[in-house]
Amino acid sequence: METAPNIVPQVNTGFVTSKLEEMIGWARKFSIFQYPFVTACCGMEYMATACAHYDVDRFGAGLPRFSPRQSDVLFVVGTISHKLAPVLKQIYDQMADPKWVVAFGVCTCTGGFYDNYSTVQGIDTLIPVDVYIPGCPPRPENVLDGLMKLQEKMQKQKQAL
Amino acid sequence: MSTTTYQKKRKENMMLNVGPSHPAMHGIVRMVVELDGEVIVGSDVEIGFLHRAFEKDSEQFGYLQVIPYTDRLNYVSPLINNVGYCMAVEKLFGLKSPERAQYIRVIMCELSRVSDHLTCIAASAMELGAFTVFLYMIKQREEIYQLIEEVTGARLTISYARVGGVKGDLTDGFESKCHAVMKKTREVLRECDQLLTHNRIFVDRVKNIGIISKEDAISYSMTGPFLRSTGVDFDVRRATPYLVYDRFDFEIPVGSTGDCLDRYLVRMDEMEQSMRIVEQAFKQMPAGHVLVNEQGEVVKSEDLVDSAKMGNTEGIVTKSAIVEPTLEGYHKDNRAEVGTCNKRAAMPPKEETYSNIEGLMNHFKTVMVGHGTRPPAGEAYHAVEGANGELGFYVVSDGTGTPYRVRVRPPCFTIMSGLHKIVEGDTLADIIASFGSVNMIGGELDR
Amino acid sequence: MQELHKKLKEKFPDDVLGTHEQHGDETAIVKPSSLLKVAQFLRDDPEFAMNFLMDLTAVDGLRLGWNPRFQVVYHFFSYGKNHRLRIKVPAADGGSVPSLTGLWAVANWFERECWDLFGVKFDGHPDLRRIMMYDGFVGHPLRKDYPINKRQPLIGPGAIAK
Repeated sequence: METAPNIVPQVNTGFVTSKLEEMIGWARKFSIFQYPFVTACCGMEYMATACAHYDVDRFGAGLPRFSPRQSDVLFVVGTISHKLAPVLKQIYDQMADPKWVVAFGVCTCTGGFYDNYSTVQGIDTLIPVDVYIPGCPPRPENVLDGLMKLQEKMQKQKQAL
Repeated sequence: MSTTTYQKKRKENMMLNVGPSHPAMHGIVRMVVELDGEVIVGSDVEIGFLHRAFEKDSEQFGYLQVIPYTDRLNYVSPLINNVGYCMAVEKLFGLKSPERAQYIRVIMCELSRVSDHLTCIAASAMELGAFTVFLYMIKQREEIYQLIEEVTGARLTISYARVGGVKGDLTDGFESKCHAVMKKTREVLRECDQLLTHNRIFVDRVKNIGIISKEDAISYSMTGPFLRSTGVDFDVRRATPYLVYDRFDFEIPVGSTGDCLDRYLVRMDEMEQSMRIVEQAFKQMPAGHVLVNEQGEVVKSEDLVDSAKMGNTEGIVTKSAIVEPTLEGYHKDNRAEVGTCNKRAAMPPKEETYSNIEGLMNHFKTVMVGHGTRPPAGEAYHAVEGANGELGFYVVSDGTGTPYRVRVRPPCFTIMSGLHKIVEGDTLADIIASFGSVNMIGGELDR
Repeated sequence: MQELHKKLKEKFPDDVLGTHEQHGDETAIVKPSSLLKVAQFLRDDPEFAMNFLMDLTAVDGLRLGWNPRFQVVYHFFSYGKNHRLRIKVPAADGGSVPSLTGLWAVANWFERECWDLFGVKFDGHPDLRRIMMYDGFVGHPLRKDYPINKRQPLIGPGAIAK
């Protein structure tokens, strides 16, 4: 069974608290409120994933909240330029804990093939990232796979109570 | 972010910052508006948040390596960008692509245009509250993506056009699938038309909103559906026909008042006209080869290369190679129909590369740095009709394998430059309707 | 073929420095000081009737050894007559060219972009500031001597000090 390297293994603290943590993890992973920070071409695949054919709503993640204060997952979709970087940082700071970040598309993972003066070479130079979804643009199946990995992480991580 | 130099007209008015990360800002544009109550008195539009240095990047590598960058310009209709760039480079060479390739390019451009208009109307309808229309239209766009994927291999960033033609021929059965998709698209358009066009709520929100006059539109050099909604029937496909557009019978829908409702109606009509063009193109297209002509043994390409490396070259010239088992439409005979034979402009068919020395040398010279596609020195400007208007490519060549300067004339840049004039006088909520009808695509605006 | 460039040369013999025609595109090279005069003529004259300023950009001729270094390129189009013309205006490094904002409203943004990416000034422009790059960015990125990888981040690793 594979676990992501930075998940804290659950210490056997007792039946009630471990069951409670599992339940909270289950509740969090199936009620994802996303903030879609959409900039570029990946936005088209994001739209395709969110709509009727590939339907992200069946994962519980179908309701985008367009305010950072009301959402818990920041989907960074599309290239981030240096002009936009302070805005991204501000949005991330405005989100309340617990929060997760998904880097959607290879431009957000490493900068893609835009190795030039205006593109941030990966948003993990600015904010911590939980799931990387590479692809230019990633197919909707890739996105759903990434979403499921995020759900797995949400379930297994130590829930702050 | 830059500090704005906008000066308030009245001390009591309020300044409001809209964007850059805003659901209705389609990507990222920042508007600083001055409000007198709810009415917009003036505004300053700030762009440049998606500047990805397309023009600088295209000076680094060869002419063919620019094609993936052009995909990401107007990413909702990427085929039109590819074709526009390739036609500008072909103009430098003085080349014309084969006839079947021109028909294929027209078909793919019009399919792209339909998917662009579907996305634009769907997104702007969603922002005004009509979520059903969004779901119906994006589902239909999905079917068009599947069609495009069958031929080109990718849904969105396809890099299908090449200098002198296209990468590969259409697959078997594409025509019947395309007709089925278009029939379904017409049904969806009819449904959405019934949902929106005479819907009191929708019409009240877009009628007489975001009006721009004919003279202002020309002064701001606006083109495409925006200009046509004011009554000027300028369409590059009709004015300076390129590819085989002069052989088709299609209308150019024109509005009268230049408001958001007219733009919506113009886009709906244009989709119908695009589908008409595709149907005519299928009828007129010269037939391509379906069977591969075998003049000897047919072997897999990797076997051919391996046996040549071992020195078993006896009879190798008469053998044909099978290549690309996963992508149909790429056989050698088809290749001549869809791509130019000019050695300086395009790659040879893979069968030639693997089986004889001239093909290998040609391939080497086209791919290696310092060689590559080398147009003669000069400059050329070629304009195609993008989904937003006149998409022009200005290419300057210095005779080497790397472009000296590639400039994109972005259609929505000029429309956005007039945005402050369009929203003036309307209320804050009308920004959503007006901005949605602009169809601003960040990749094209900021390049 | 309309031979527009030849007609323009006949009308303004001192202001047009040269003309050529290549691949069906006609080009005329105009002195910077006469640009406003020529542009106004192109727009208002009934035979030319160039009502669209389609594109405004610049080319940096550093590697080709051009002197003056830049050429500002204008593409005009006439909707009524359906013809096109390209005008090129030479501009030195640090020099300037008259602005066309009085004649075409779209020149405002095109010239801002040219200034931002090339550093060519436009006299008479109401508000010449950066449009693609941000405050605090030093240099003009599309010049040939600006290295493509020279980043000036606002935040994150390597951020330029405020």
